[in-house]
Amino acid sequence: MPDPAKRELRILRYQPGVDAAPAFGTFWVENAENLSVLEALQSIKDTLDGSLAFRWSCRMAVCGSCGMMINGAPKLACSTLLRDLPPGPVTVEPLNNFPIERDLVISVGGFVKKIESIYPYIIPKEPRTIAQGPYLQTPAQLAAYESFSDCINCMLCYAACPQFGENPDFIGPGAMALLQRYNGDSRDAGRQKRLDAIHGEDGVWSCTAVGICSEVCPKSVDPANAVNQNKTNSAFDFFLRFLRKE
Amino acid sequence: MSGPARDNPRSISPIFWLLFGAGGMVSALFGPALILITGLLAPTGTGIPESFLSYDHALAFARNPIGKLVLLAVIALFFWHGAERLFLTLKDMKAGPSLVLKLGTYGVAAAVTLATIGLLLAIGF
Repeated sequence: MPDPAKRELRILRYQPGVDAAPAFGTFWVENAENLSVLEALQSIKDTLDGSLAFRWSCRMAVCGSCGMMINGAPKLACSTLLRDLPPGPVTVEPLNNFPIERDLVISVGGFVKKIESIYPYIIPKEPRTIAQGPYLQTPAQLAAYESFSDCINCMLCYAACPQFGENPDFIGPGAMALLQRYNGDSRDAGRQKRLDAIHGEDGVWSCTAVGICSEVCPKSVDPANAVNQNKTNSAFDFFLRFLRKE
Repeated sequence: MSGPARDNPRSISPIFWLLFGAGGMVSALFGPALILITGLLAPTGTGIPESFLSYDHALAFARNPIGKLVLLAVIALFFWHGAERLFLTLKDMKAGPSLVLKLGTYGVAAAVTLATIGLLLAIGF
Protein backbone atom coordinates (compact mmCIF):
# COMPACT_ATOMS: atom_id res chain seq x y z
CA MET A 1 0.00 0.00 0.00
CA PRO A 2 1.64 3.26 -1.07
CA ASP A 3 2.05 6.01 1.49
CA PRO A 4 -0.66 8.65 0.76
CA ALA A 5 1.68 11.38 1.98
CA LYS A 6 4.07 10.52 -0.85
CA ARG A 7 3.83 10.78 -4.61
CA GLU A 8 5.65 8.65 -7.18
CA LEU A 9 7.46 10.30 -10.09
CA ARG A 10 8.83 8.28 -12.98
CA ILE A 11 11.46 10.44 -14.61
CA LEU A 12 13.21 9.74 -17.89
CA ARG A 13 16.96 9.80 -17.26
CA TYR A 14 19.57 9.98 -19.99
CA GLN A 15 23.15 11.09 -20.23
CA PRO A 16 24.30 10.85 -23.85
CA GLY A 17 27.68 9.19 -24.20
CA VAL A 18 27.26 7.45 -20.84
CA ASP A 19 23.87 5.72 -20.94
CA ALA A 20 23.11 3.36 -23.81
CA ALA A 21 19.50 4.57 -23.98
CA PRO A 22 17.07 6.73 -21.97
CA ALA A 23 15.50 4.86 -19.05
CA PHE A 24 13.00 5.73 -16.35
CA GLY A 25 14.06 6.25 -12.74
CA THR A 26 11.48 6.16 -9.94
CA PHE A 27 11.41 8.64 -7.05
CA TRP A 28 9.02 9.17 -4.16
CA VAL A 29 8.53 12.72 -2.92
CA GLU A 30 6.73 14.11 0.13
CA ASN A 31 3.39 15.36 -1.18
CA ALA A 32 1.95 18.74 -0.23
CA GLU A 33 -1.26 20.59 -1.05
CA ASN A 34 0.35 23.04 -3.47
CA LEU A 35 3.33 21.01 -4.69
CA SER A 36 4.15 21.64 -8.34
CA VAL A 37 5.99 19.16 -10.53
CA LEU A 38 8.91 21.60 -10.57
CA GLU A 39 9.03 21.68 -6.76
CA ALA A 40 8.87 17.89 -6.72
CA LEU A 41 11.87 17.78 -9.08
CA GLN A 42 13.73 20.30 -6.92
CA SER A 43 13.06 18.23 -3.84
CA ILE A 44 14.38 15.12 -5.63
CA LYS A 45 17.50 16.99 -6.67
CA ASP A 46 18.03 18.39 -3.16
CA THR A 47 17.39 15.21 -1.19
CA LEU A 48 17.46 12.10 -3.37
CA ASP A 49 19.63 12.50 -6.47
CA GLY A 50 21.74 15.60 -7.05
CA SER A 51 22.58 14.46 -10.56
CA LEU A 52 19.04 14.99 -11.90
CA ALA A 53 19.20 17.64 -14.64
CA PHE A 54 16.32 19.98 -15.54
CA ARG A 55 15.92 23.64 -16.51
CA TRP A 56 14.00 26.16 -14.45
CA SER A 57 14.19 29.77 -13.44
CA CYS A 58 11.17 31.89 -12.54
CA ARG A 59 8.76 29.33 -10.96
CA MET A 60 5.81 31.45 -12.19
CA ALA A 61 5.18 30.58 -15.86
CA VAL A 62 7.01 33.61 -17.21
CA CYS A 63 10.50 32.41 -18.19
CA GLY A 64 9.51 29.39 -20.29
CA SER A 65 12.41 27.23 -19.05
CA CYS A 66 10.67 24.27 -17.40
CA GLY A 67 8.68 22.84 -20.32
CA MET A 68 8.55 19.03 -20.17
CA MET A 69 6.25 16.13 -20.96
CA ILE A 70 4.14 15.46 -17.86
CA ASN A 71 2.02 12.32 -18.16
CA GLY A 72 2.69 12.52 -21.89
CA ALA A 73 1.50 16.10 -22.42
CA PRO A 74 3.72 19.16 -22.88
CA LYS A 75 3.39 21.36 -19.77
CA LEU A 76 5.29 23.87 -17.69
CA ALA A 77 6.47 21.99 -14.60
CA CYS A 78 6.07 25.12 -12.45
CA SER A 79 2.38 25.61 -13.22
CA THR A 80 1.42 21.93 -13.07
CA LEU A 81 0.35 20.90 -9.58
CA LEU A 82 0.59 17.27 -8.51
CA ARG A 83 -2.91 17.44 -7.02
CA ASP A 84 -4.35 18.21 -10.49
CA LEU A 85 -2.82 15.05 -11.99
CA PRO A 86 -4.62 11.70 -11.77
CA PRO A 87 -3.63 9.50 -8.81
CA GLY A 88 -0.76 7.11 -9.36
CA PRO A 89 2.72 7.65 -10.71
CA VAL A 90 3.49 10.86 -12.58
CA THR A 91 5.56 10.40 -15.71
CA VAL A 92 8.06 13.16 -16.47
CA GLU A 93 9.98 13.20 -19.73
CA PRO A 94 11.94 15.78 -21.72
CA LEU A 95 9.97 17.70 -24.38
CA ASN A 96 9.07 15.58 -27.42
CA ASN A 97 10.66 16.21 -30.80
CA PHE A 98 13.93 17.65 -29.40
CA PRO A 99 17.33 16.01 -28.86
CA ILE A 100 18.03 15.27 -25.18
CA GLU A 101 21.02 17.07 -23.74
CA ARG A 102 20.71 15.37 -20.36
CA ASP A 103 17.73 13.98 -18.43
CA LEU A 104 14.94 16.56 -18.82
CA VAL A 105 17.14 19.14 -20.54
CA ILE A 106 16.66 19.35 -24.30
CA SER A 107 18.79 21.03 -26.93
CA VAL A 108 17.34 24.40 -27.95
CA GLY A 109 19.89 25.37 -30.61
CA GLY A 110 17.63 24.61 -33.56
CA PHE A 111 14.78 26.60 -32.06
CA VAL A 112 16.99 29.63 -31.40
CA LYS A 113 18.18 29.55 -35.03
CA LYS A 114 14.56 29.61 -36.18
CA ILE A 115 13.77 32.55 -33.94
CA GLU A 116 16.79 34.37 -35.39
CA SER A 117 15.74 33.60 -38.95
CA ILE A 118 12.51 35.62 -38.80
CA TYR A 119 14.13 38.97 -37.83
CA PRO A 120 12.76 39.05 -34.26
CA TYR A 121 13.08 42.79 -33.77
CA ILE A 122 11.42 45.94 -35.04
CA ILE A 123 12.81 47.05 -38.39
CA PRO A 124 11.90 50.75 -38.51
CA LYS A 125 10.45 52.28 -41.67
CA GLU A 126 13.13 54.95 -41.60
CA PRO A 127 15.91 55.95 -39.20
CA ARG A 128 14.52 57.93 -36.31
CA THR A 129 16.37 60.49 -34.20
CA ILE A 130 16.01 60.93 -30.47
CA ALA A 131 14.69 64.44 -31.13
CA GLN A 132 11.71 62.90 -32.93
CA GLY A 133 10.63 61.42 -29.62
CA PRO A 134 9.12 58.02 -28.86
CA TYR A 135 6.84 56.06 -31.14
CA LEU A 136 3.18 56.44 -30.35
CA GLN A 137 0.66 53.63 -30.76
CA THR A 138 -3.08 53.64 -30.41
CA PRO A 139 -4.72 50.91 -28.28
CA ALA A 140 -5.94 49.31 -31.52
CA GLN A 141 -2.39 49.24 -32.94
CA LEU A 142 -1.19 47.60 -29.73
CA ALA A 143 -4.03 45.06 -29.79
CA ALA A 144 -3.01 44.03 -33.33
CA TYR A 145 0.11 42.24 -32.05
CA GLU A 146 -0.05 42.23 -28.26
CA SER A 147 -1.27 38.66 -27.73
CA PHE A 148 1.56 37.33 -29.92
CA SER A 149 4.09 39.19 -27.76
CA ASP A 150 3.04 37.01 -24.79
CA CYS A 151 5.07 34.05 -26.10
CA ILE A 152 7.66 32.90 -23.55
CA ASN A 153 9.56 30.58 -25.92
CA CYS A 154 8.78 27.52 -23.81
CA MET A 155 8.58 25.29 -26.92
CA LEU A 156 5.54 23.32 -25.68
CA CYS A 157 3.96 23.98 -29.09
CA TYR A 158 6.97 22.40 -30.80
CA ALA A 159 6.72 19.33 -28.56
CA ALA A 160 3.04 19.01 -29.52
CA CYS A 161 3.33 19.75 -33.25
CA PRO A 162 3.23 16.54 -35.34
CA GLN A 163 4.66 18.37 -38.38
CA PHE A 164 7.69 19.55 -36.41
CA GLY A 165 8.07 15.97 -35.20
CA GLU A 166 8.16 14.84 -38.84
CA ASN A 167 10.39 17.63 -40.10
CA PRO A 168 12.77 19.29 -37.63
CA ASP A 169 13.47 22.01 -40.23
CA PHE A 170 9.84 23.23 -40.10
CA ILE A 171 9.86 26.80 -38.79
CA GLY A 172 7.15 25.78 -36.32
CA PRO A 173 4.39 27.53 -34.36
CA GLY A 174 6.39 29.54 -31.81
CA ALA A 175 8.58 31.28 -34.38
CA MET A 176 5.48 32.04 -36.48
CA ALA A 177 3.80 33.67 -33.46
CA LEU A 178 6.89 35.82 -32.95
CA LEU A 179 6.95 36.68 -36.65
CA GLN A 180 3.35 37.85 -36.44
CA ARG A 181 4.18 39.85 -33.33
CA TYR A 182 6.57 41.99 -35.42
CA ASN A 183 4.63 41.92 -38.70
CA GLY A 184 1.58 43.18 -36.83
CA ASP A 185 3.45 46.06 -35.17
CA SER A 186 2.69 49.51 -36.60
CA ARG A 187 6.29 50.62 -35.99
CA ASP A 188 7.69 47.84 -38.14
CA ALA A 189 8.50 47.71 -41.85
CA GLY A 190 10.14 44.28 -42.07
CA ARG A 191 7.09 42.35 -43.23
CA GLN A 192 8.45 41.48 -46.68
CA LYS A 193 11.78 40.20 -45.30
CA ARG A 194 9.92 37.95 -42.91
CA LEU A 195 7.51 36.69 -45.58
CA ASP A 196 10.52 35.82 -47.75
CA ALA A 197 11.95 33.82 -44.83
CA ILE A 198 8.88 31.60 -44.52
CA HIS A 199 7.67 31.10 -48.11
CA GLY A 200 9.42 27.73 -48.54
CA GLU A 201 8.27 24.17 -47.81
CA ASP A 202 9.99 24.32 -44.40
CA GLY A 203 8.38 27.68 -43.71
CA VAL A 204 4.72 28.27 -43.10
CA TRP A 205 3.68 25.66 -45.69
CA SER A 206 4.70 22.65 -43.59
CA CYS A 207 1.74 23.32 -41.31
CA THR A 208 -1.30 21.08 -41.88
CA ALA A 209 -3.57 23.04 -39.53
CA VAL A 210 -3.65 20.47 -36.74
CA GLY A 211 -4.03 23.31 -34.22
CA ILE A 212 -2.68 21.52 -31.14
CA CYS A 213 0.00 24.24 -30.78
CA SER A 214 -2.67 26.65 -29.59
CA GLU A 215 -4.24 24.05 -27.29
CA VAL A 216 -1.02 23.43 -25.36
CA CYS A 217 0.14 27.07 -25.21
CA PRO A 218 0.37 28.07 -21.52
CA LYS A 219 0.06 31.78 -22.41
CA SER A 220 -2.92 31.55 -24.82
CA VAL A 221 -0.80 33.00 -27.62
CA ASP A 222 -2.68 31.08 -30.36
CA PRO A 223 0.25 30.34 -32.68
CA ALA A 224 -2.11 28.44 -35.02
CA ASN A 225 -3.80 31.76 -35.74
CA ALA A 226 -0.41 33.35 -36.52
CA VAL A 227 0.39 30.48 -38.88
CA ASN A 228 -2.96 30.76 -40.63
CA GLN A 229 -2.68 34.53 -41.07
CA ASN A 230 0.72 34.04 -42.62
CA LYS A 231 -0.47 31.29 -44.91
CA THR A 232 -2.87 33.90 -46.27
CA ASN A 233 -0.12 36.55 -46.43
CA SER A 234 2.33 34.14 -48.07
CA ALA A 235 -0.31 32.96 -50.56
CA PHE A 236 -1.14 36.51 -51.63
CA ASP A 237 2.58 37.31 -51.78
CA PHE A 238 2.99 34.31 -54.09
CA PHE A 239 0.85 36.00 -56.72
CA LEU A 240 1.23 39.69 -55.88
CA ARG A 241 5.04 39.53 -56.11
CA PHE A 242 4.60 39.91 -59.87
CA LEU A 243 2.94 43.29 -59.32
CA ARG A 244 5.37 44.47 -56.67
CA LYS A 245 7.86 47.23 -57.37
CA GLU A 246 11.25 46.20 -55.94
CA MET B 1 14.56 29.25 -43.77
CA SER B 2 16.39 32.56 -44.01
CA GLY B 3 19.20 33.36 -46.38
CA PRO B 4 19.28 34.02 -50.09
CA ALA B 5 16.35 32.92 -52.21
CA ARG B 6 18.33 30.10 -53.80
CA ASP B 7 18.61 28.35 -50.41
CA ASN B 8 14.96 28.92 -49.73
CA PRO B 9 12.91 28.08 -52.81
CA ARG B 10 9.35 29.32 -52.78
CA SER B 11 6.79 26.58 -52.18
CA ILE B 12 4.02 26.13 -54.75
CA SER B 13 1.62 25.20 -51.94
CA PRO B 14 -0.17 28.59 -52.13
CA ILE B 15 -1.84 27.51 -55.39
CA PHE B 16 -3.37 24.43 -53.78
CA TRP B 17 -4.05 26.20 -50.53
CA LEU B 18 -5.99 28.99 -52.21
CA LEU B 19 -8.00 26.47 -54.24
CA PHE B 20 -8.63 24.62 -50.97
CA GLY B 21 -9.72 27.86 -49.28
CA ALA B 22 -11.97 28.87 -52.16
CA GLY B 23 -13.49 25.38 -52.21
CA GLY B 24 -14.09 25.52 -48.48
CA MET B 25 -15.86 28.85 -48.81
CA VAL B 26 -18.01 27.71 -51.75
CA SER B 27 -18.90 24.38 -50.17
CA ALA B 28 -19.78 25.99 -46.85
CA LEU B 29 -21.96 28.65 -48.51
CA PHE B 30 -23.65 26.56 -51.20
CA GLY B 31 -23.06 22.88 -50.35
CA PRO B 32 -25.91 22.40 -47.85
CA ALA B 33 -28.35 24.38 -50.02
CA LEU B 34 -27.41 22.33 -53.09
CA ILE B 35 -27.92 19.06 -51.26
CA LEU B 36 -31.25 20.27 -49.92
CA ILE B 37 -32.54 21.50 -53.29
CA THR B 38 -31.20 18.88 -55.72
CA GLY B 39 -31.18 15.95 -53.28
CA LEU B 40 -34.37 16.38 -51.29
CA LEU B 41 -36.73 19.17 -52.42
CA ALA B 42 -36.58 18.66 -56.19
CA PRO B 43 -36.90 14.83 -56.26
CA THR B 44 -39.85 14.96 -53.85
CA GLY B 45 -41.36 17.92 -55.67
CA THR B 46 -41.47 20.07 -52.54
CA GLY B 47 -41.73 23.79 -53.19
CA ILE B 48 -39.77 23.63 -56.44
CA PRO B 49 -41.23 24.13 -59.95
CA GLU B 50 -41.79 20.82 -61.77
CA SER B 51 -39.62 21.88 -64.68
CA PHE B 52 -36.62 22.37 -62.36
CA LEU B 53 -35.09 18.96 -62.91
CA SER B 54 -36.12 18.64 -66.56
CA TYR B 55 -33.46 17.93 -69.18
CA ASP B 56 -34.22 21.11 -71.15
CA HIS B 57 -33.94 23.23 -68.04
CA ALA B 58 -30.62 21.71 -67.01
CA LEU B 59 -29.25 21.92 -70.55
CA ALA B 60 -30.16 25.60 -70.83
CA PHE B 61 -28.40 26.26 -67.54
CA ALA B 62 -25.27 24.41 -68.68
CA ARG B 63 -25.25 26.32 -72.00
CA ASN B 64 -25.48 29.71 -70.38
CA PRO B 65 -21.95 31.20 -69.91
CA ILE B 66 -22.71 32.20 -66.32
CA GLY B 67 -24.26 28.79 -65.70
CA LYS B 68 -21.05 27.20 -67.02
CA LEU B 69 -18.96 29.26 -64.59
CA VAL B 70 -21.20 28.31 -61.68
CA LEU B 71 -21.00 24.61 -62.57
CA LEU B 72 -17.22 24.76 -62.98
CA ALA B 73 -16.75 26.58 -59.68
CA VAL B 74 -19.02 24.24 -57.75
CA ILE B 75 -17.62 21.02 -59.23
CA ALA B 76 -13.91 21.89 -59.46
CA LEU B 77 -13.54 23.84 -56.20
CA PHE B 78 -15.37 21.15 -54.21
CA PHE B 79 -12.86 18.65 -55.56
CA TRP B 80 -9.82 20.86 -54.84
CA HIS B 81 -11.06 21.40 -51.31
CA GLY B 82 -11.51 17.69 -50.71
CA ALA B 83 -8.19 16.90 -52.39
CA GLU B 84 -6.18 19.12 -50.05
CA ARG B 85 -7.95 17.80 -46.93
CA LEU B 86 -7.54 14.19 -48.02
CA PHE B 87 -3.91 14.70 -49.05
CA LEU B 88 -2.89 16.25 -45.72
CA THR B 89 -4.79 13.59 -43.77
CA LEU B 90 -3.25 10.74 -45.76
CA LYS B 91 0.18 12.37 -45.47
CA ASP B 92 -0.20 12.68 -41.71
CA MET B 93 -1.27 9.02 -41.60
CA LYS B 94 1.78 8.11 -43.74
CA ALA B 95 -0.57 6.24 -46.07
CA GLY B 96 1.94 6.05 -48.92
CA PRO B 97 4.63 7.83 -50.93
CA SER B 98 3.96 11.56 -51.36
CA LEU B 99 3.79 11.32 -55.17
CA VAL B 100 1.16 8.57 -55.07
CA LEU B 101 -0.92 10.53 -52.56
CA LYS B 102 -0.65 13.71 -54.65
CA LEU B 103 -1.73 11.88 -57.80
CA GLY B 104 -4.63 10.30 -55.94
CA THR B 105 -5.87 13.62 -54.54
CA TYR B 106 -4.65 16.68 -56.48
CA GLY B 107 -4.44 14.49 -59.59
CA VAL B 108 -8.10 13.53 -59.32
CA ALA B 109 -9.10 17.16 -58.72
CA ALA B 110 -7.08 18.26 -61.76
CA ALA B 111 -8.61 15.52 -63.92
CA VAL B 112 -12.13 16.42 -62.77
CA THR B 113 -11.46 20.11 -63.45
CA LEU B 114 -10.17 19.41 -66.96
CA ALA B 115 -13.04 17.02 -67.70
CA THR B 116 -15.57 19.58 -66.47
CA ILE B 117 -14.07 22.31 -68.64
CA GLY B 118 -14.06 19.96 -71.62
CA LEU B 119 -17.65 18.84 -71.12
CA LEU B 120 -18.91 22.38 -70.52
CA LEU B 121 -17.30 23.47 -73.80
CA ALA B 122 -18.53 20.37 -75.67
CA ILE B 123 -22.11 20.92 -74.55
CA GLY B 124 -22.14 24.16 -76.59
CA PHE B 125 -23.47 27.63 -75.96
